[in-house]
Amino acid sequence: MLKRLKIGSWVAIAAIGAMLGGANKAAAVEIEYWQYFFEARVNAMEQLIEQFEEQNPDITVKMTHFPYADYRTKVAAAVPAGQGPDVVQLFYGWLNDYIDANLIQPLPTDVFPPEEIEAEFFPMVKAMRQDDAYYALPTAVRSLALFWNKRLFEEAGLDPNQPPRTLEELVDYAEKLTKRDGAGNLTQVGLTMGMTAQDHNWWREVLIRQFGGVPYSEDYTTVAYDDEAGLEALEFYTDLITEHGVSQIGFMDEPQAAFKASRAGMHIDGSFRIGALEETRGLEWGVGELPANAEGLRSNYASYWVNAIATKAEGEKYDAAVKFMEFITSPEAMQLWLEVVGELPARPEVGMTEANAGDPVYGPFIRALDYAHATVFANETDQRQEMINMIDRIVLEDMAPKESLEQAAAAEQAILDQYNK
Amino acid sequence: MAGWFQSLTIAQRRVVWAWGFLALPIIFYVGIRFYPTFEAFWLSFYDWNLLGERQWTGLSNYATLLQDPEFWKVFKNTFIYLIIGTPTSLVIAFVVAYYLDQVRFMHGFIRALYFLPFLTTAVAMAWVWRWFYQPVPIGVFNNALASFGLPQQPFLRSTTQALPAILAPAVWAGLGFQIIIFLAGLRAIPETYYEAARIDGVSRLTVLWEITLPLLKPTIVFLVVFSSIGFLRIFDQVFNMTTNDPGGPLNSTKPLVLLIYDTAFNSFDMGYATAQTVVLFTVLLIISVVQLYILRSR
Repeated sequence: MLKRLKIGSWVAIAAIGAMLGGANKAAAVEIEYWQYFFEARVNAMEQLIEQFEEQNPDITVKMTHFPYADYRTKVAAAVPAGQGPDVVQLFYGWLNDYIDANLIQPLPTDVFPPEEIEAEFFPMVKAMRQDDAYYALPTAVRSLALFWNKRLFEEAGLDPNQPPRTLEELVDYAEKLTKRDGAGNLTQVGLTMGMTAQDHNWWREVLIRQFGGVPYSEDYTTVAYDDEAGLEALEFYTDLITEHGVSQIGFMDEPQAAFKASRAGMHIDGSFRIGALEETRGLEWGVGELPANAEGLRSNYASYWVNAIATKAEGEKYDAAVKFMEFITSPEAMQLWLEVVGELPARPEVGMTEANAGDPVYGPFIRALDYAHATVFANETDQRQEMINMIDRIVLEDMAPKESLEQAAAAEQAILDQYNK
Repeated sequence: MAGWFQSLTIAQRRVVWAWGFLALPIIFYVGIRFYPTFEAFWLSFYDWNLLGERQWTGLSNYATLLQDPEFWKVFKNTFIYLIIGTPTSLVIAFVVAYYLDQVRFMHGFIRALYFLPFLTTAVAMAWVWRWFYQPVPIGVFNNALASFGLPQQPFLRSTTQALPAILAPAVWAGLGFQIIIFLAGLRAIPETYYEAARIDGVSRLTVLWEITLPLLKPTIVFLVVFSSIGFLRIFDQVFNMTTNDPGGPLNSTKPLVLLIYDTAFNSFDMGYATAQTVVLFTVLLIISVVQLYILRSR
């Protein structure tokens, strides 16, 4: 309510400004930018806004942020009421919802020509195109990589500077890194596992492709992993627990906790984990690209937050919003975002510079963007839940992998059908 | 305005004053409770994802509900929480209160110890217990088992053990309150009955069965109603002990309230969520009415 009042008073001030406009030509256009609260992102955006306002003295940008939990609800309530943001941040998976609800409008094709975007951005950004126009563009993207614990590698007689290059090596290294007590209870896992973290993305977009399959149809409306390749990928995954015994779901409660506590040799996670690991004292870690399959095929999963122009923006505010969009998707903005937030540039020309792609920490993530896929989710939480259940049926209830896979495919298809109906 | 008020008789003015004061809670309740409740009933006939237009779908949300195996699983879980939770907690609370009533030494201190968990926030408690249940090397219970050479138990990572494992801290947390109420109930029984029983030389068991329990009936009924509603609405413990896979593994611990939360704020399927809420409301209503009927029959 207070926020509402505040917005109301800004509108009033703007209206007074407009009335006096004849006399006072310097009256600036003010546009509103909304994002959810994440400290580094807010800091980066503040810096970007400052630069933007310097370059465009006639435009001011007001940023409002909310806790993540309220974000979607607030946007949904404000935009249809003609209030709220002119430029709005959203998760890429929400795009269809936002378009269907008429919350955002397409980006003008003269400023953002689709062909140019496709030439200049990493390929997974294509998911933001509908028909002949792009609706939203990211400043930064995230991908997955393999973290490893250098001390534990050394202890296990492995080269502390060489992560596993192939899946076969991954299994081999994991076995060497696993420790058990006298009763056979795991006290250190070779590789952290659990579909609750990033493994569902690893399995879907990486392992399935490496075993020769595809997770979904081209348009992500049909589940396609219910086949031989999917089964092999699933068995590779569950064998790590049931056959090789190098991991346990729920070990130390959460995968990243086990890795941070040096109780796990290797850990697959996103670029957003870097900050937390850097703050962990006594942990010596390295990060590398996800292991390839025997033929050298690599894959990765990328996700991103995008910015879009809200339907509410009209006239001079619309023009200002377009300018702002142009600015925050520019190469300079991406470099700043990488340095301040640690998220990866969405344009290869920024990402693939020698300094960025060769960076020991960000490099593996950035190099992965070239071959990464962005899953088009209907409902990420529910789809992930099916992955969790698929593994639990095998691990906890001894169901045959084939049967569990069939059930998961049917259940996930139902979610997609419900959404695309 | 003032003139109008002056023209009233004193009795009429009193009525106006009374209604003036009464209006406040009434308006509050209508605005904050009843209006959203009716809105929820109404919404359960729509399809709405929070962003777009609402679409009238009639009874389709309820039809989906009846055919949804997850809903029935969750419905069953909710009743398991109720059926195990309520009797267990009442029996333990009564036994503790019964003996605590006879203890004079450090009575207040022991009572405070039992009451302490009731003052603790459910979230903090759920997380501590969640860590207790972890496998070796961090779980207290499993470390203890392992040091006696006993096999590890999966606890929260089991489809059969997880629900009782979550119920345990929920029962424990409610004990303090129930013990206090039982103690008050026990103290309220007139000493003369016990004296008469002693003079007649009746056994302790008979005293318990014929005097204490019958005279405690109002207390027991109150606690049954109160704790039943509590267990039917269980959420905090489950959600916090299973945040990675809320209500898991394989929905084995998911209660109705968590399903509603999930449908509303993860799937953004508001119509379906309100339909589930209407069912929960109806169940709570039926159970409360039945229990109140038992109370009246006395």
